[in-house]
Formats: sequence, C-alpha cells, structure tokens
Amino acid sequence: MPVRTGRKPKLAVWKFASCDGCQLTLLDCEDELLAIAGEVEIAYFLEASRAIVKGPYDLSVVEGSISSPEQVEAIRKVRQQSKFLVAMGACASGGGIQSLRNFADVKEYMQAVYPTPEYVRTLDKSLPMSAYVPVDLELKGCSPSKAQLLEVISAFLNGRRPNVPTHSVCVDCKRQGIACVIVALGLPCLGPVTQTGCGVLCPSHRRACYGCFGPMETPNTESLGAWFTLMGVPSDSLMRLFRTFNAYAPAFKEASERYASAEATHSHDQG
Amino acid sequence: MPQQKRRIVTIKVDALARVEGEGALHIKARDGRPEEVRLDIYEPPRFFEALLRGRNAAEAPDITARICGICPVAYLMSACNALENLLGLSPPPAIRDLRLLLYYGEWIESHTLHIFLLHAPDFLGYASAIHLANDHPDVVQEALRVKKLGNALVTLLGGREIHPVNVRVGGFYSVPHPRDLRAMRDRLLWARDAMAERARWVAGLDFPDFEGDYEFVALRHPDEYAILEGRVVSSRGIDISVSRYDEVFEEQQVPHSNALHSVIRGRGSYLVGPLARFNLNFAQLSPTAREVATAVGAVPPIRNPFKSIIVRSLEVVHALEEASMLVERYEPPERAAVEYAVKAGVGYGASEAPRGILYHRYRVDAQGLIADANIVPPTAQNQKRIEEDLWHFAPQVLGLPVEKATWLCEQAIRNYDPCISCATHFLRLTIERVSGTG
Repeated sequence: MPVRTGRKPKLAVWKFASCDGCQLTLLDCEDELLAIAGEVEIAYFLEASRAIVKGPYDLSVVEGSISSPEQVEAIRKVRQQSKFLVAMGACASGGGIQSLRNFADVKEYMQAVYPTPEYVRTLDKSLPMSAYVPVDLELKGCSPSKAQLLEVISAFLNGRRPNVPTHSVCVDCKRQGIACVIVALGLPCLGPVTQTGCGVLCPSHRRACYGCFGPMETPNTESLGAWFTLMGVPSDSLMRLFRTFNAYAPAFKEASERYASAEATHSHDQG
Repeated sequence: MPQQKRRIVTIKVDALARVEGEGALHIKARDGRPEEVRLDIYEPPRFFEALLRGRNAAEAPDITARICGICPVAYLMSACNALENLLGLSPPPAIRDLRLLLYYGEWIESHTLHIFLLHAPDFLGYASAIHLANDHPDVVQEALRVKKLGNALVTLLGGREIHPVNVRVGGFYSVPHPRDLRAMRDRLLWARDAMAERARWVAGLDFPDFEGDYEFVALRHPDEYAILEGRVVSSRGIDISVSRYDEVFEEQQVPHSNALHSVIRGRGSYLVGPLARFNLNFAQLSPTAREVATAVGAVPPIRNPFKSIIVRSLEVVHALEEASMLVERYEPPERAAVEYAVKAGVGYGASEAPRGILYHRYRVDAQGLIADANIVPPTAQNQKRIEEDLWHFAPQVLGLPVEKATWLCEQAIRNYDPCISCATHFLRLTIERVSGTG
C-alpha cells in the first residue's frame, strides 16, 4: 500500500462486463460519500461524474469481467495507470454469471440472443481480471459488501492492509447463533464452502447460501456435495448450485464440472 | 448546381457520463441539419437469454436481477410475475403489500440517485453531485438521506440493497416483524414532506424549450399507480394484457448497438418510464404528489423530456407516501410464500421498473427447467426514442459552442435515465465539426 503524501490520492472507478451494482455500492455509501470525496480526488468515475482527471491513479476499483477483445486492451491500460488495483465483485474476481458461456458454445449463444450475430464482438470466455493482469486485491461478492469497500478505501488512505476475512459463511453463521438451514430445514447450503462478507444474509432469511461471495480459502466442495447427494439432491441440481455468479472461480468451476460429468454418466446409464 | 458553402458539424462523446453502463453518441450535421444520429451501445453483451436455458425456473429472479445492479427489484418482480402467471399463483394481499413496499424502496433509491446525483448537475452546470455539493450541500445531503431511506426499505425486506436475497417465486423466504416496518413510518413521512418541498425546487430549474411527439406506453392497474403489474396501455389506444406484448411490440437489431431496439409493430418508436406513467395514470398518484404537481403546474400531458426530472420527483413523493401507509397497515402473512408444484408452459410478466416497463417471458418444461426466455428492459424500448429526440433537439443546439452543445445532448440522453447495463450497457457522444465546400 502506498503511503500518503501531500496531495489527495486519485481514485478511479472502472466498469467492464457487469451490472453496475459494484460501482453503485460506492454511491450507496450515503453517510460516507461526501467524506470520501473530501479525502480522495475522484479522478475517474463515469457513472458519477463527467469530469475526468488524467492518470496515473493511486487506487483503481474495477467492476466487471473481461469478455471482449476491446476489454482486454482496456484492462491492460487501466493496470498500467493504476498503482493499486482492486478487482471488485464476483464478475471481476470470478467471471460473473456471464461466465456460464464458458461452458457452452458462444456462437450458439449469440444466435440465441441476436438475429444478426455478426454485429456483435465478443470473446469465447468471460474471465476474471486476474486472467489478464496482476490484481492487488480481490473483493468478493455479488453484490460486494459496502463495509468491505469502505474498509479497503480506509486501509488505503491509512497505508495499511485491509482486513478482509477469508473464512466461511458457515463460521459466521455459527457465531451469530443462526439455526443451521442444512440441519433444521434440509436445504443444500453453500455456507460451508463460501467466503464470508455478506453478513450471513441468506441463512438469516431462512434461505440456503447460494455462494455469491465465491469459494473461501480452502473449500471442501467434494465433501459438502457428498452430503447433499445423501440428502437426495440430484447431480444436475448440484451442478447448477456451484455454477452461478462465481461459476469460473476455480473451486466452484471444478465442483460444477464434477456434477456435470456425474449427470452425464447418470443420463447415459438411464438412456 | 451552384457551388455553395457547407458546414458539417459532428458532435462526438466517446464515453457518456452519469448513465448506467457504457455507450457513446455520434451526431453528424450539415448546415445545421442532422444527417446521422447514433447512440452506440458498445457494452459487450452478457447473453442472459441464452444462459437462462436449462436453469431451474425458480432461479430466474436471482439470475436476471444480475442484469442490473440499479434496479434488481424490478427484475425480481417481473420474473416472479411471469413465473406465477405460468403457475397460476396469486400471492395473498400481505405478500403483495410487501412486494409493493420493496419496489417503492427501489423507486425511491433509483429516482433520488438519478434526480440529484446524475441529472440535476446538468441543469445547474456542475460536472457531478460532488461538485454540486460544494455549493449546495443541503440539496445533496438531503437527497442522500432520502436515498438511504429507499435503500433501508430494500434492505429490510430484501436483505441487502443491491441484489436482495429474500425474494422467491410465490413470495419471500422470510417476512419482517410489524414493529420493524412501523419504525420506518416517521422517517417516510419526513422524507415525503422534504421531497414535496424539493419537487418545487426541481420544478423551478431551467428547462430547454423542447417537446417530442411521443406514444407513451405504461402499465395500468385499476386500483393504483401501476408498479407491480397491470395491463399495457398507450396514449394511442393500446390496451392489452401482458401476455399479448409480443403481438404488439417487437425488437429489432441495428449494427451500431449491442442493445436491441423495440418498436410498436407497424408504427415505430415509443416512450416508457416516468413521463409515460405520469401522462397515462396521473389521477392515481398519491394526494400529496398530485397536490404538488398542480401547485407547480406540472400536469399531463408533459411532452418535454427534460421535465422528466420533475415527474421523478413527484413519483418519489408518491412512493414515500404510499410506503408510509403500507408500513402502517402491515400484518404478517401466515406463510412467507405460496408453495407450488412444477408445471410446464409459458408465463408472461411485466412491472414498472424506475425507467419503465420491464417485460419477461419464459417457456418452462415439465422438469421445471427454462426452455427459452425473453427479456425486454426499459432502455431497449426507449433507445430508438432517445435517438429520435436527438434528431429533433440537435438543430436547436448545433449553433452553440461545441462544449455546450455536447453537454446539452448528453443531458437529453440523461432525460431517460438510460440503463445501458440493462439494455446491454455505456454511452459515447461525439460532436465533430467540419467546414468546407461541397
């Protein structure tokens, strides 16, 4: 982390293939927004301002996955101009829901959506930023946590490492004393393999965690999946469970591929 | 033909600011007349309709919410509507009330974001709300407070403001305790009064003299200013159920845009969003919203798209007032959701996103998996209309200095609060001036 000098650090916010929700997280810091604007120079943030200050930038926060040839060039330029680069959210850190195309034929996808696919330029795969450039920090979540974003900005301004825990949702759920939705409701919950940060949202709403913060540091998806199989969850459901907003994060990708092949074998045996 | 002096002007903005998503504008004019107007949407597509195939229909609300981080509730609601239409489900009044409240929360958050952080800076000559806050801290701080209240409603009912987790087909995963809703009442009433006052301030901004010849299209509901559902109606006689949407409207692809353009079959462009709702359903606005509208002389028909900022302010007053009544009368439903059995068929649903009608259609197989999906976001419907506004508006500004003309054209685009991430995604505007003989 760079140490502060006399001038205000320059903050840039960039967008790639995404829903704009991660940038909105910053604008949703209603109590802190004007204070942040007092501490940093908002040098590039198109969603909020038409005033653009040239780089280099001290802190770049980037949302979205890399999914077109133009974006590959653009993220390299952002990296060159940025001292500290944060990949924010599930798209930037795990490829996003759009990385479902990585398991399919993108040409067929184009034909399904656009009558004249030749007009559209896209890459075969939607990949996380780290596939193309070195990233200094990944902030997980779809949507990411406002508190974690503020922690990153605050740590940056104070020249310290941000405190972003990498343990599972399950641990925090136990700490909060919430009844386990696997045990009490029989639901296939991804809490044991998903990184914390959301505030244990789904279990506290009597819903199974669907893994929107992506895999935790050392997830055991195989063991968890075996339990779900014992509970009677079919393999095609397990495949879909791991293949959502972080479908291309390695641990979830491997898990979904495991159940996709189990499903293929199963269908073959049946048919 | 005699030689004649010609002047070619090109307005070009490569990356339009204060919109959601990525796009560009290109206007080319000769002798003060536009020859080419292009709203380029270069944001790469994410192929939602393709990736939905083979997914469980119950996943559609959460997956399609990821189309837009600004209006995820709209996607959750339109998807639930479509699937409940297929299943023949109608959730009980208490669940419907909670959905309304959640949706009002999103309207309040999204509209205050657009009015004060994205659009008002244009009217007052500031690059952003941060710049605006230096001179008018009271306006921006109050707006942030109201915006936060909208987010608080979404968080209370949905779990978090962006991509709420608590909505499912048939209802919710869990429902709040009445005391948590009642606790919102005083803040909602404070905000209603603050925004009623602020709407008068908004109505006093300077509006460019411009009107369009629009066909307004919005949902209409017998009992309320439609938001959650309704029939599709227009100012030129359309009045259909949502299930007939595809018969009347169609999407076309153009080379310069990754968003499809919607048109009324055989007729052309139309306008959805605040102006359409206001002009078609004015009588159903809340009493305070109507009172303020009348006091500031903002009554239908409003055909000046720059005045959509007034209408958004009135809709915020409406949403706050309706929400204050909903939190007061709320009694929890017996169950958080209506259960259902999987069924094959086609379902149609629409709701009024902050930017206008959001239409979903799903065909589901006997296993409950999606066979095909069609989603038409509001910005795709307005995209052609935005270009047409610029065709007509550009001649008024082409004589101005380039920087001023460019800014006014950007403002004209922001009238629609375009969400390019929905339609695919960001705007680029280019003003290019060439003079010479031709």
